[in-house]
Formats: sequence, structure tokens, C-alpha cells
Amino acid sequence: MTPALRQAAAAAGAEPAAPPAFDVERVRRDFPALDQTVHGKPLVYLDSAATALKPQAVIDAVTGVYSRDCANIHRAVHLLSQRATAGYERAREAVRRFVNAGSADEIIFTRGTTEGINLVAQSWGRANLREGDEVLITGLEHHSNIVPWQLVCGQTGAHLVVAPITDDGEVRLEDVKARLTDRTKIVAVAQVSNALGTVLPLRPIIDAAHDAGALVLVDGAQGAPHVGVDVQALGCDFYALSGHKLYGPTGAGALFGKRALLEEMPPYQGGGDMILSVTFEETLYAEVPHKFEAGTPNIAGVIGMGAAIEYLEALGVQAAEAHEAALLAYGTEVLEAIPGVRIVGKARDKVAVLSFVMDAAHPHDIGTIVDAEGVAIRTGHHCAQPVMERYCIAATARASLGLYNTREDIDALGRALTRVQEMFG
Amino acid sequence: MDLRELYQEVILDHGKNPRNFRFPEPSNREGQGYNPLCGDRITLRLQLDGDVITDVGFQGSGCAISQAAASTMTEAIKGRTVADAELLFGQFHTLVTDDGGPEPNMDTLGKLAAFAGVGEFPMRVKCATLAWHTLHQALEGDDASAPVKTE
Ligand SMILES: Cc1ncc(COP(=O)(O)O)c(C=O)c1O
Repeated sequence: MTPALRQAAAAAGAEPAAPPAFDVERVRRDFPALDQTVHGKPLVYLDSAATALKPQAVIDAVTGVYSRDCANIHRAVHLLSQRATAGYERAREAVRRFVNAGSADEIIFTRGTTEGINLVAQSWGRANLREGDEVLITGLEHHSNIVPWQLVCGQTGAHLVVAPITDDGEVRLEDVKARLTDRTKIVAVAQVSNALGTVLPLRPIIDAAHDAGALVLVDGAQGAPHVGVDVQALGCDFYALSGHKLYGPTGAGALFGKRALLEEMPPYQGGGDMILSVTFEETLYAEVPHKFEAGTPNIAGVIGMGAAIEYLEALGVQAAEAHEAALLAYGTEVLEAIPGVRIVGKARDKVAVLSFVMDAAHPHDIGTIVDAEGVAIRTGHHCAQPVMERYCIAATARASLGLYNTREDIDALGRALTRVQEMFG
Repeated sequence: MDLRELYQEVILDHGKNPRNFRFPEPSNREGQGYNPLCGDRITLRLQLDGDVITDVGFQGSGCAISQAAASTMTEAIKGRTVADAELLFGQFHTLVTDDGGPEPNMDTLGKLAAFAGVGEFPMRVKCATLAWHTLHQALEGDDASAPVKTE
């Protein structure tokens, strides 16, 4: 509320509406999976970057599809199919709002970020990349924003170019700019690194890429849940996200693409639902987005993803972000105070991820020991082997945050790491 | 869940100070092992005279379980015949996976019996068996350029 509005409200005798306070204890009650013990200890879930837990609203939405609105979509006139179709398209509108696309037709449902990137690489990439063209990525990408480009480069003769990361895990704009040439056709970058938590300077990267005549795909798998996105303000051409990292079900995600591009692109897969008419001589494709949605999709998953977005909207995305930012700062402090712990990835702009190594123990041993204390973290290369190589390590231990985490969770991690010291120190 | 069952003294000791952490000179067999899940890597070399393993050593990096398994394995097989080593592998495998093989003989296993607790930790079984799979590959004389993977 602006000061003027507040004044007006006060003058009218009404209490100004307070911004919704973020009550983490109430939020926690929405996530039934938190209410359990593992190895006899209360669960401390610090692996939301791998997949986030699901609120009851999402579970209910999925159950509702299978127990009531169980029908295929876009295919029948019967009521159940109408309800399923309405739920599915309502989810499309929820995603549109969430990423602030201009039109719901620019939202394609996918299995997740991986499929979204593969769709662009195979559909747009095969149609547009030529021998000698360049695809520019960065050194902190997840394998799913590397391998699809390697595949299409192999098919077309284009080259993969990589902008390096700094010792702190940042991507510098100069390093991207220095690799933009007149042969760069597309720049594919993460919004947030899953291995390091780095937030990339997307807006200037996108502007520089467009100035160089290249398109930009943003891997929003980690960005969507922790930073949010406005694709119109960013100006990116494609944006891929995964519902399951956004507190929705696994197996459902979305790809935003600018309409003009989507209309030009050939279909990704052929089948039912993506056609206008089929004869053995010729098939006319459906309009976007249906052109890219061949076959029966993950209807319940998509509807669950829509419910997850509505849950986040009701909660207040910004309040959740502030809560996570405070926790990250606290977690950084706690880890740095433990002797022999080294945090990997110290970008100034960083969210939700604490990747670390310990002198005394290998990440895999850390994972087992903290698991025995009820603390779930991930260990390994996090599908970002080039990042591990960059820091000359095989693996890290990674604690990652969700909106339900608390300072007590961080304290539990700290105590568990002290156990690691005792055992291996 | 008792972590001391997993991290027995023998394992902590060998994990921290692996024995035979060097390549034998000369050597005539090599195996490479890689666990893509956690990044554990080992290279194992041995000298085979007839069917006796006269010397063996390894290099690599990984978690305490994988390093200790490689270290204790080299101690256990040095001076043994190939047939003995494969027999030990079978016993060790049953010990850590409970795969229904013949009841492992703790006397035969000796120090290797310290890995009995691994079976309680399914995610760690591959760490314990990586070195042994690598040994098997080296003895079979498979193409050493294709590392064995524990998956
Ligand atoms: C940065 C990043 N990109 C892409 C992906 C792939 O997402 P998904 O496995 O949901 O397709 C992930 C998830 O692990 C990720 O963290």
C-alpha cells in the first residue's frame, strides 16, 4: 500500500491491511511430510533443491483429479472431461500469472525443465542451427542445460561455447559478452545454480545476447521457486521450470516461449492432441501451445502444479523469499563457525543453497552421518560435474532451503556436522 | 541406527590411512572403477605371476567406505591366488549385500568382516564393493579403458 493509500484508508477510519505476515509454523502444518521421524529423530528436510515437499493443497488437488474429475482432456463432451479440461487450463493460467507471460498460449506443459530445454533444443535448434553456429552456456549449468545442446550441436554442426565462472561461483557479464559473436544463435543460462545457489545477472545477459542477435533460454528450475520471474520484464525468449521444485508434483513442468517463436517452430513430438487434421498425405498442426503437447499429458500433475502456484500466491511469494534469505544468512554463519567446513559458492547474490565440503570427511560420509541424525541433505555432484571440476572436488554436501525451513533446522544440521567432526576429526 | 556399526575402527583407520596406496612396480594388470553417484574413483594395479597376485596397490579418491574397502582388499589378496581372491569377493559380496550366497565365513574374511554393517545402509553398498568389482575387471583382463561402474 502506498503512503497515500494508507492515509486515505486511515482517514476513512479503516485499519490499513498489513502485508501477510510469514508464519513459518503455520506453513509447516501445511506440509504433511514434515510430520514424521526418521531414524527416531524428527525429520529435518534440507533437500528442497532436489525436490520440494508438497503442501496438502497440492495433494488434495491431485487426489481430486483421480477421485472425481478423472477423465482425459480436450477430448470428450462429458462432464468429467469438461472438469478435467477446465482444471488443466486453469493451471495454464496459473503458470501464466506466475511467470507473467502475456498470453496463456505461450505456456507449454512439459514433464519438467529437462523436457522444456530438450524441446527448444530439438524443435528450435534443429530448425535454426547451422554448421559453425554457436550455442553459449555458462560453467555452472545443470547437466540438463548442457547435454541437450551437445546433442543438437552434434546433429547440426554447431559448437558449444562456455562462459566460465569465478572462484566465488559468479558469472560475470564481461565473460558472457566476450563470448557473444555474430555466430551465437542462442544463449542458454540458469537463473539460479542448483549446485552453488548463485543468482545470475539475467537482465544484462539477455540484453547483451539480444544486441548480438541471439535468443535466450533461461533454465528456471531453481529460480522459479526462490526468486520468481517476470518473463516480460526480463525479455527472455524461453523459460523452463519444473513443478516439483515449486512444491508441486513430479513429472509436470512448463515452458514459456514467445508466441512468434513458438508459431515458427516445428512440433517436438507427433501424436494425438497436437493436430488440427490428419490424413495420410498431410497433417495440419494445432495452434500453440497444443502443437507442442502431443499425447495424454500428466493431467493430475499439471493440475497439482497449478494448485502449488495458487498456494504460493496465497502465501505471498515475497514474504517467503525474505524468510529464505534470512535463513540462508543464518545458515552461512552457522556453517562458517564450524572448524574444517568450507562453503563452496560465495556469490554475492545467492539463494537457498549451502554447498560445502569438510576437511575431515567426504561428502558421502557426511550425508550418511547427518541422515542418522534425521537431517536430509544431498551429497554428490548435483548433476553439475563441470562445476565440481572447476573447484577440483568430486562432490559437495548440499543443504538447500524451502519455505518451511526454520532456524532450528539449521541448528540441527550444525549439531549433526559436529557429530561428523567427532567421528572423523 | 548405530553409525558405529558402519564406521568401525578398522574402516575409519583404513579410510584415513589407506594401505598399499601406490602402484606396484612392475605391474601387469589394471582396473578402473568409478561410482557416478558419488564420484568415487579408483585405479587398481596388480602384478600377477602365474595365478598368484604377488603385489597390488591402488590410487583414487572417495568416501571413507570406498577407500577403506580398497585398502583392506589389497591387504587381503596380496600373495593369494586368483581363485582365492574371487572366492573372497563372493564372501564379501554376500556380507555387504546379503544376496543369499553362501554364509560368509568370518575367519576367512578376517579384517573384511568389519564391513558387515554396510548391509544396513543400502546407499553405501556400492562404496564397499567398488574396489572389488574393479579387481574382478582387472583379473578378467577386460578392456581397462572402460571403467567399471557400480550402478
Ligand atoms: C538448475 C537446474 N536445471 C535443471 C534441472 C532439471 O530439472 P528436472 O529434473 O525437474 O527436469 C534441475 C533439477 O535438478 C536444476 O536444478
